[in-house]
Amino acid sequence: MEKSLKARQHLLASTENQIEFLSNGIFQIGGLPTFKQSLKTCGHQPLKPTELEIFQINVGYMCNQVCKHCHVDAGPDRKEIMTRETMGQCLEVMRSQQIKTVDLTGGAPEMNPDFRWFVEEIKKTGVEEVIVRSNLTIILANPKYHDLPDFFKKHGVRVISSLPFYQADKTDRQRGQGVFKSSIEALQMLNAVGYGQEGSSLFLDLVYNPSGAFLPGAQAQLENDFKKELHKNYGIVFNSLFTITNLPISRFLDYLVATDNYEEYMDKLVAAFNPAAVEGLMCRNTISVDYLGFLYDCDFNQMLELKVAPEQHQHISSFDQNELNKREIIVGQHCYGCTAGAGSSCQGATVN
Amino acid sequence: MQKTYYDPADLKKFGDIGEFGEEAAKKFFDWYGHVFEEGALTAREKSLIALAVAHAVQCPYCIDAYSTDSLEKGCNEKQMMEAVHVAAAIRGGASLVHGVQMMNKVKKLSM
Repeated sequence: MEKSLKARQHLLASTENQIEFLSNGIFQIGGLPTFKQSLKTCGHQPLKPTELEIFQINVGYMCNQVCKHCHVDAGPDRKEIMTRETMGQCLEVMRSQQIKTVDLTGGAPEMNPDFRWFVEEIKKTGVEEVIVRSNLTIILANPKYHDLPDFFKKHGVRVISSLPFYQADKTDRQRGQGVFKSSIEALQMLNAVGYGQEGSSLFLDLVYNPSGAFLPGAQAQLENDFKKELHKNYGIVFNSLFTITNLPISRFLDYLVATDNYEEYMDKLVAAFNPAAVEGLMCRNTISVDYLGFLYDCDFNQMLELKVAPEQHQHISSFDQNELNKREIIVGQHCYGCTAGAGSSCQGATVN
Repeated sequence: MQKTYYDPADLKKFGDIGEFGEEAAKKFFDWYGHVFEEGALTAREKSLIALAVAHAVQCPYCIDAYSTDSLEKGCNEKQMMEAVHVAAAIRGGASLVHGVQMMNKVKKLSM
């Protein structure tokens, strides 16, 4: 199995190097406008939040997969993991604030030893919706995870899972040998307990992200294709397909550079800048929390170690919604990934 | 002046073609945009047709553009290669079917 950039001590494992790379080159001498300059053209510089709705918590970077495009640089060799104490601090915020959705991500969030306890405690706070971003294969990775579909069902968790294509070859090239087969099996297990079934309140959504240096196509069309093919070939049903653009950071940035696709990809993202997508940017209604409890505008900024602007309120222990609502969102050239074409967010396209 | 006839970087300058003739370029791009809209054929079907035609007319810009576009529209490699074979088959067939003309002529000339 591949190792993370961090384990390989790769140059791009350093966030400073990534930010420097994204700030120079074609954005310095190649005539491409920086993201801030593009925001300015549509009157959104500085970028401000709307209303906080989603609390996205990254409970650790450990994962059973090493996907080629992973912006987290996750893998089995990553040991960063959220403690129960930090989870407790997150729970306090959920109890005291109006948070609509708690979105748990990783790594494979299920690999955090306190994952189940955390889900149970989150449910007690009364938040409207709990999302788990599951990579699917974790369900089959070890007998101790086989009952996850029942656990998700018991707590009414919404499951959002990555499946880059409805066929094995493209999926396995991106996510690892055998991932497609296990993912199909896991989806069938989720379907069997009621997930994704018509009329069921158990939601199962899939995430499509391009398996290479190109942008996602129209979400509705791809959703139709996925629904038709997965049902025809495997009897699988699901609710929605979210298309997510690969952002040029971490392992996907490494891939772009190594395959000589970087400049062309950035050109494409910049050319596809859509002011309408700025309106629905997820960083405007989301706060992302890392395994140590630090706060970020989104999971991508988290991976670049770009904390939220207000210095006194960068940790969950000093969470202040009023201050955060007034903040300026930290942006960089990677943000072009979320404003290209129909837009991109953890909930898929942002422009109809 | 560049030393080669084709430069991949020229593809993104296609939009500047109006510099030497604005009205016709505008009409072309409006029509082009309309042609590729979802209609009785899906946008994906149109992309595969474009990919096939790109090979038939052997336009390297179009091959670049519609290889990417087909991937973005959710096509897989197998579908894209089948589309190229359709173009190749029509091109090959177009040559071969003229063999009938050759046969006609030979038969007319021969005893």
